[in-house]
Amino acid sequence: MVRFILARLVKAAFILLAILVLNFSLIHAAPGDPAAVMAGEAGATDEQFLEDLRRRFGLDQPFHVQLWIYIKGAVQLDLGYSYRRGMPVAELIWDRLPATLLLTATAFFISIIFGVIAGVAAAARQGRWSDSIISTLALLFYATPLFWVALMAALLFSVTLGWLPGFGYETVGANHTGFARALDIGRHLVLPATTLGLFFTAIYVRMTRASMLEVSRLDFVKTARAKGLSPGVIQRRHVLRNALLPVITLAGLQAGQIVGGAVLTETVFAWPGIGRLMFEAISQRDYNVLLGVFFVSAAMVLLFNLITDIVYVIVDPRIRITQ
Amino acid sequence: MTRSPLILAWRRFAQNRGAVIGLAILLVVVIVALLGPTLMPQSPWRMVGRPFLPPLTDGALPLGTDAVGRDVLTGLVHGARVSLMVGLVSTMVALLIGVPVGALAGYFGGWVDDALMRFTEFFQTIPSFALAIVLLAIFQPSLFWIILTIAIVSWPPVARLVRGEVLSLRTREYIEAAILSGQTSLQIIIRQVLPNALPPIIVLASLMVATAILLESSLSFLGLGDPNVMSWGYMIGAARTVLRTAWWLSFIPGIAILLTVLALNLIGEGLNDALNPRLQRREE
Repeated sequence: MVRFILARLVKAAFILLAILVLNFSLIHAAPGDPAAVMAGEAGATDEQFLEDLRRRFGLDQPFHVQLWIYIKGAVQLDLGYSYRRGMPVAELIWDRLPATLLLTATAFFISIIFGVIAGVAAAARQGRWSDSIISTLALLFYATPLFWVALMAALLFSVTLGWLPGFGYETVGANHTGFARALDIGRHLVLPATTLGLFFTAIYVRMTRASMLEVSRLDFVKTARAKGLSPGVIQRRHVLRNALLPVITLAGLQAGQIVGGAVLTETVFAWPGIGRLMFEAISQRDYNVLLGVFFVSAAMVLLFNLITDIVYVIVDPRIRITQ
Repeated sequence: MTRSPLILAWRRFAQNRGAVIGLAILLVVVIVALLGPTLMPQSPWRMVGRPFLPPLTDGALPLGTDAVGRDVLTGLVHGARVSLMVGLVSTMVALLIGVPVGALAGYFGGWVDDALMRFTEFFQTIPSFALAIVLLAIFQPSLFWIILTIAIVSWPPVARLVRGEVLSLRTREYIEAAILSGQTSLQIIIRQVLPNALPPIIVLASLMVATAILLESSLSFLGLGDPNVMSWGYMIGAARTVLRTAWWLSFIPGIAILLTVLALNLIGEGLNDALNPRLQRREE
């Protein structure tokens, strides 16, 4: 197991390295002077300042030397400086990261749990009206733009009904502590996490339903039935266990999408995470922040992938860890 | 009696009720996209009435006006063309990247396969939406870059699918015959392998158009759309701040996106039934 995790970590490190090279190339491919790009348009007026930047990042030196300086900095968690906000990018992201982790992890678990439960229920009632309702809902939410669901949910549950807060991370000025604060954050979390999770719930419902139906046609299920096991036991112990494997694989692949979707959800709900930070950086043309958030969100995806890989090995003992 | 395979495929497609509904919806959207701008030639950016006119209050402006008095219906009609165009063209570009990558990897195997698949895996792992934002923020949003960006983040599944198909076709006897007859690798890939891998590619492409439309609307919503064209995502993004007072401005374009994407997904499922009869739902 340890060797398996190590091998995955090495692979993840290579991917992060490749992203750094990509980021660096993008700075250079951007129209205009790389120093001006790094400074953002605001800092571009001061020639002395640009000259300092050029010297610091070796912009007058050959390409590979510059790349080396850039990577060396990033490895030491130096993701550049946001001249717009007057703060190192790493610090900005570090402040915002917990909110995004909370949001994406909650959305991830909500979508997996509800998706699998609804998918199993639909498969068990195949062809009946409850199956049709679940399948139709899944089809609808699969086609709905994430940001639009978020807006409509905010309109319905926050503006019209007033049930849940539709804005921010916690009640400003309430100064809750301990459990009361957790409860307050939880109430703020409901709408963003549910709307972010809906699209993925729809994917897992469809996948689980198809996978359950696929597995229940296999021979060993017939054997189980012939042995006289109750349908419930067959569904739980024989079918579900095997049907879950493709769902877990898919969940790992979808992790990147959830992190990306957080940009939209956080924008709508003013959730103070790195997605919102990215949205603000777009209009401010703050390239260092954009590239930094891109890098960190890729690292988050790799972490999610590693977790699903480990879960996969635990769920399916047939997989011998070879690498 | 022999029937043309196309007719058989159409029969299987038509048996899927959802697919037929999807096709009907899409036809409406296509007609609106083709004829709309001719029937409503005025610019969707022009102020035509007082701002925040609710829908169904003025016969000349049936869907009302937005925060600066622009006609919502005109915007919707012009947006249809942009959405469909971006969806179609970016999918074609993604196929142009993904099909060669997958075909070369599957056909040659070995280190070519290794290298190309690592490359594909890299693009599949990184958060594609964040990459799209970074690309558009750096290269300025224009239709050209939006289409290219969507293609760049959506080609990997094509490459993986084509590779799998080519791997399974490569050992067939007719391919061996083609090799013996002296055809070059390129000829074999283009003339023998790819035509037989076409059905699953068509199914995937129809679903990719749907995803591309969602992606375009999400990017426009964030303000990364082409500032010169009216799009559904832009309309929702512009109406976001007035959600409390004018909810319909966000609601109406969202329904347009939902219906178009839903239609394309339904058609994709129907095409799957029609073109992959081997994978027919066995329970029926």
